[in-house]
Amino acid sequence: MKASIFVTLKGGVLDPQGRAIQHALSGLGFDGVNDVRAGKLIELDLADGTSDEDIDAMCRKLLANTVIENYRIEKVA
Amino acid sequence: MKSAVIVFPGSNCDRDLAVAFEAATGSKPEMIWHRDTDLPDDIDLIGVPGGFSYGDYLRSGAMAARSPVMQAVARAADRGAFVLGICNGFQVLTESGLLPGALLRNAGGHFVCRDVALTVENAQSAFTSLYDAGEAITYPVAHHDGNYFADDATLDRLEGEGRVALRYAESVNGSARNIAGILNDAGNVLGMMPHPERVIEAAHGKTDGQRLFKGIVEGLLARA
Repeated sequence: MKASIFVTLKGGVLDPQGRAIQHALSGLGFDGVNDVRAGKLIELDLADGTSDEDIDAMCRKLLANTVIENYRIEKVA
Repeated sequence: MKSAVIVFPGSNCDRDLAVAFEAATGSKPEMIWHRDTDLPDDIDLIGVPGGFSYGDYLRSGAMAARSPVMQAVARAADRGAFVLGICNGFQVLTESGLLPGALLRNAGGHFVCRDVALTVENAQSAFTSLYDAGEAITYPVAHHDGNYFADDATLDRLEGEGRVALRYAESVNGSARNIAGILNDAGNVLGMMPHPERVIEAAHGKTDGQRLFKGIVEGLLARA
């Protein structure tokens, strides 16, 4: 069983990396990019039967810092 | 007086901090490896040093905060031991929940490595008692993720409870309310981005950091 964890900065949290990417895109001539937010994708290869609660706990305890980040879990069969 | 410095893979200010502890306490601190699960029961002072623990993987301080030794540090802090986290050590303390908030990438995106002007906001803490309230001091900083972040309610609480120990007196990294160092609610844990251990000897060019370490020792002696 596999799970993809998407970790993103919360709305109000400044993202200098996203801003730098936005500037670089604009430098390449891609106009109209209003905003860029960069996040992380963490792919987990899990033992079959790993509970949703456990995956959620992994996110809360380590993979995301919930002071500044949100996370979304996508399970892949 | 017993002190210890925690050493993670990637710590690089551990020996400087040990020199500062030894100069202030008169005895060598124990160097405690990150896999150790226990600290001496009678430990008085623990340093969480700067550096790039675990290569800053995942988030700065994230892996170190979950290492076995940090549970021992949390237990010691509960018992009232003083804990001083500097730079990466501050990041480790926020990641481990010993201090509130988080340290984000510097607002300008740049690694900042220079002397910065600071104001001592709270000169009554166990760490800052040898400074005057509002005193202007200079410590160096060297960090990429020093932009302190917490929600407004937390920031208001920190300010209201006198837990902002140090504030930047100039623009450095985008920190909320220019916060450079904060205390926990019991006042025995201090996390700060600037490096006092780099300004303790005349040969360093400045000695503004000396009084922080001397103050800690005086605080511990007064308590004993």
